[in-house]
Amino acid sequence: MAPHDVRRPFKRPAISDQQRRRDLSLLRQAQNRRDAQHQARCLASSVLSLQSQTPEPVPEFEIELVEEPESQSEEESGTLTKDLDVRQASKLKGAEARKWFAAQLMLPEWMIDIPDRLTHDWYVLARPAGKRCIVVSSNGTTVSRLRNGSVLHHFPSALPCGARSRDQSGSSQSYCILDCIFHESDQTYYVIDMACWRGYSLYDCTAEFRFFWLNSKLAETGACDSPSRYHKFRFSSVPVFNCDQSGLYAAYTGVVSYVKDGLLFYNKHAHYQTGNTPLALVWKDEHCSQYVIDTDSKGDIPSQQQVVLELQDDGKLSTSDDPAVNFGCLDREFIQKVCFIVIIINAWI
Amino acid sequence: MAMEVTQVLLNAQSIDGTVRKHAEDSLKQFQEQNLPGFLLSLSGELANDDKPIDSRKLAGLILKNALDAKEQHRKFELVQRWLSLDVNVKTQIKACLLKTLTSPVPDARSTASQVIAKIAGIELPQKQWPELIGSLLSNIHQLPAHVKQATLETLGYLCEEVSPDVVDQDHVNKILTAVVQGMNANEGNNDVRLAATRALYNALSFAQANFSNDMERDYIMRVVCEATQSTDLKIRQAAFECLVSISSTYYEKLAPYMQDIYSITAKAVREDEEPVALQAIEFWSSICDEEIDILEEYGGDFTGDSDIPCFYFIKQALPALVPMLLETLLKQEEDQDQDEGAWNIAMAGGTCLGLVARTVGDDIVPLVIPFIEENITKPDWRQREAATYAFGSILEGPSPDKLVHVVNVALTFMLNALTKDPNNHVKDTSAWTLGRIFEFLHGSTIDTPIITPANCQQIITVLLQSMKDAPNVAEKACGALYFLAQGYEDVGPSSPLTPFFQEIVQSLLTVTHREDAGESRLRTAAYETLNEVVRSSTDETAPMVLQLVPVIMMELHKTLEGQKLSSDEREKQSELQGLLCGCLQVIIQKLGSAEPTKYVFMQYADQIMGLFLRVFACRSATVHEEAMLAIGALAYATGPDFAKYMPEFYKYLEMGLQNFEEYQVCAVTVGVVGDICRALEEKILPYCDGIMTQLLKDLSSNQLHRSVKPPIFSCFGDIALAIGENFEKYLMYAMPMLQSAADLSAHTSGADDDMTEYTNSLRNGILEAYSGIFQGFKNSPKTQLLIPYAPHILQFLDSIYMEKDMDEVVMKTAIGLLGDLADTLGSNAGSLIQQSLSSKDFLNECLSSDDHMIKESAEWAKLAISKAISV
Repeated sequence: MAPHDVRRPFKRPAISDQQRRRDLSLLRQAQNRRDAQHQARCLASSVLSLQSQTPEPVPEFEIELVEEPESQSEEESGTLTKDLDVRQASKLKGAEARKWFAAQLMLPEWMIDIPDRLTHDWYVLARPAGKRCIVVSSNGTTVSRLRNGSVLHHFPSALPCGARSRDQSGSSQSYCILDCIFHESDQTYYVIDMACWRGYSLYDCTAEFRFFWLNSKLAETGACDSPSRYHKFRFSSVPVFNCDQSGLYAAYTGVVSYVKDGLLFYNKHAHYQTGNTPLALVWKDEHCSQYVIDTDSKGDIPSQQQVVLELQDDGKLSTSDDPAVNFGCLDREFIQKVCFIVIIINAWI
Repeated sequence: MAMEVTQVLLNAQSIDGTVRKHAEDSLKQFQEQNLPGFLLSLSGELANDDKPIDSRKLAGLILKNALDAKEQHRKFELVQRWLSLDVNVKTQIKACLLKTLTSPVPDARSTASQVIAKIAGIELPQKQWPELIGSLLSNIHQLPAHVKQATLETLGYLCEEVSPDVVDQDHVNKILTAVVQGMNANEGNNDVRLAATRALYNALSFAQANFSNDMERDYIMRVVCEATQSTDLKIRQAAFECLVSISSTYYEKLAPYMQDIYSITAKAVREDEEPVALQAIEFWSSICDEEIDILEEYGGDFTGDSDIPCFYFIKQALPALVPMLLETLLKQEEDQDQDEGAWNIAMAGGTCLGLVARTVGDDIVPLVIPFIEENITKPDWRQREAATYAFGSILEGPSPDKLVHVVNVALTFMLNALTKDPNNHVKDTSAWTLGRIFEFLHGSTIDTPIITPANCQQIITVLLQSMKDAPNVAEKACGALYFLAQGYEDVGPSSPLTPFFQEIVQSLLTVTHREDAGESRLRTAAYETLNEVVRSSTDETAPMVLQLVPVIMMELHKTLEGQKLSSDEREKQSELQGLLCGCLQVIIQKLGSAEPTKYVFMQYADQIMGLFLRVFACRSATVHEEAMLAIGALAYATGPDFAKYMPEFYKYLEMGLQNFEEYQVCAVTVGVVGDICRALEEKILPYCDGIMTQLLKDLSSNQLHRSVKPPIFSCFGDIALAIGENFEKYLMYAMPMLQSAADLSAHTSGADDDMTEYTNSLRNGILEAYSGIFQGFKNSPKTQLLIPYAPHILQFLDSIYMEKDMDEVVMKTAIGLLGDLADTLGSNAGSLIQQSLSSKDFLNECLSSDDHMIKESAEWAKLAISKAISV
């Protein structure tokens, strides 16, 4: 049994550069593997957020494609390729950006009859009065865009990746897309739906799940806190009820912190689909909306009501309500004569 | 027959090659034709006192080699072979061996001891040879001294070979009693006492129960301490070795003895001969190791239920210990810095001082500063060097606040000494100390910068100048520059090194071309520093890093020119290629990490790949690890275009995966397969049959180092993610492997820390494999192929959750896999998932984790599960 050597490294760094090279390689590989994994997990959201630009369905992904009413918008803007996802879209500028974002919201139809199984299959919520907008948080900033795609606010928020100071998620691929109404008087974004959360798509989730997710996740982030330096506007969720009698009553008459503008109905099983859908409905009457009928400064109802009509690119004429009501179609000859018109007509009550 | 063996054994040691070869062949033939007869005649030869010692020794050695091998696989075969031998043959061999222990010839006895221990190592775990220990120990007191010595030596080897859990406590007690009595001061024979002391060293790990008993422990400690006072140097040395081993094995039992041990070690360090003094210093280094580990693990807040508390022995001994160590620093040998193999009291003492500083932190500073001040300007180089070394030693451990002032004063002094001191040794240590200053007190985490715009220029000038000094000094200057650059690693868009970048790179390249760059590992140090300079470079200097590419490529090209190399030259060539490939790897990784530089760099990709392939071609059977690592970085930077290199590269990839012996090479190659998967995605498909075959072979092999297996599983995941549902054809092979590995790694109960760590890395690999497979199959019509595996996977997740010994990495991967499973299988697995514990308790635990990576994966899982069960 020989004596045991006690030699220790002398004037040598603890880790050789070769070991460092190995370690750094392993680190890079682990990071790349995480990125690949993360990308795979987020794949659905990237593809799904493209749906308004993608004319043909991508066969391997089961996406419910929305009928695109404005199919010519694709040819018009060659730069809006189908490879865009929301992160790339967030880099678009000006008109292109407006066009892209304008197509991202799910738009309800007017409720003109009572859907089957209303009590079982539908939710109801009191719609806050204000500007409907799509809010995207990514890369340390938050942008809200109105229905026409124009920017409402550019601000830091406590949403994931919504501000530079609190980018805890570490992943640049992470982003959120919220469907909101900006309520002027209390400067609050009321979140009425959620399309993406931390990069994970909720487009193909049922409304039931989206609302559950929205309610459990939003508050966690601190987005519902009062404004602060890195959180310029407060966010708030909106109470959602089942469409049974008590739910309807609560939504219709209940006191909320915001000014109501009608009721929104969501089919529990419907996915988030951009554009108009009969699976989301809106109801307005004088009890739950102050905007259903014009009033004058004294609060009296004038004998004549005004309606603003919009001429769509395809010649359709519709009200500029939210949602719009299509009246009919103008022929091309007439449109050519009047390139830009706003028609005010009398509407009978 | 017996006569023949003697002659053959002697011939096998002949200086005449032909005779030797012939003898070796006959031995081999004998062994192959009649193994029992062969082993019997070897043991007979060893036992026979009439035979020449040379043939007896070789007989013993061949016997030993017939029982054990370094290589695991071979070792297992030999064990099985021995166990299956006829019992009578084994009994006869053992009888011969035990008889040899009584031989008057020391070498024969010693050889027999080792063979007996090897057999014990095989048989005791099988509950065979139960009478061995009893028969060794019976009437040990009546034995003649030489037999007693051989018996104790046998017990020592036996304790080295056998794991403590196969020896019952009764036998342990008897062994320890015999050993400790043999060590006792009243044992008149020094050979016996030395054998006993060395035996105790190996027996210490058997003595858990005895060290828990105060009386027995006191007795053992008293005997060990007495043995340190023996007149025989070897006994003193062996006794200190025991103390060193006790300091780590029984740290928590040492408190009552520390006072005595301090006196004994201090006396030995000051007065005893070097081999003893070195062990005495090592005792304190070892205590430091223990306390550093304990303090690191518990961060100082020791709580009652943790394993071992810190007794702060070093802190208590500090006022006496530090002066003792400082004295040793003055005992340098001339030219120790030029001698790679040197190890002396000054070096051991200085190393220990550094460990003490790490153990106690701030407290050491006031104890060392006066020594530095007193000696640093003395005319005797030994004093200046000792002072400098003392300063360099205490830079790691104390808080920067405590050091920053004195370092600022010292910096100028060190720079001055490095330029002007007449002594090579002082310059060497000054440069090393500068390196330590930059390593521990320079960087973005330090509040008061040591390096300022005012002194940066001077520092760099001095370091570059010193790179022209003697190789040992130049090497330390490179090392200092390494840490100087490292401190600027995350400095932001603009680095203070930018103005000097060109000059630094040029100087380092000049160093690599020095005639004497082979000495003191100077060339290696220069390339390593170049690597660090590149790693810490910023966008400002990217064009200069780009210019470096053709320069290093040219160097690599030059190594490929020389033909017909001797084996020595070949080794040097390979080493240099390693350095150059390493450097290119760092450059590729740097330039590949940003789009603009990657784009420009790509113009060199074809040529670089060509060079790497030629480096591979230099060797016949093995692949170059560094070249392989560099190719991984290249694949990552190249992306899908890497496909064009695959036809030529593939054979080396396969060769790397087949390299069981150099498992690092195999591991690196497995990592590169992952890189290529991510670069090529589905384009890797044509190569997958070969790669998968090789990986499956690797997994089934018991020759491959176990550390490579977890990455192989992860690699399955990489492949599956790349080729998607095409992974289908491998499912029938990969899944059973994953399942059985999962079963093995589900439980760790009773395993030590190393085993738990390994099990966790194995779990992580398995989980990553499953994740990759599930994500790969997502949205494929073949998803249903995975459904049958879901119950087992969920069960695996549940069982590792219940084991409660997952580390963070496994937790993150595990919860992510739960999400992937739910995401891919959807409603098909809804009810299964809902029944699993993982989807409730485990998920909730992860959701409330502080670790954001775990939390993020958990949120993903929650989302995917909710989707799966909501449909």
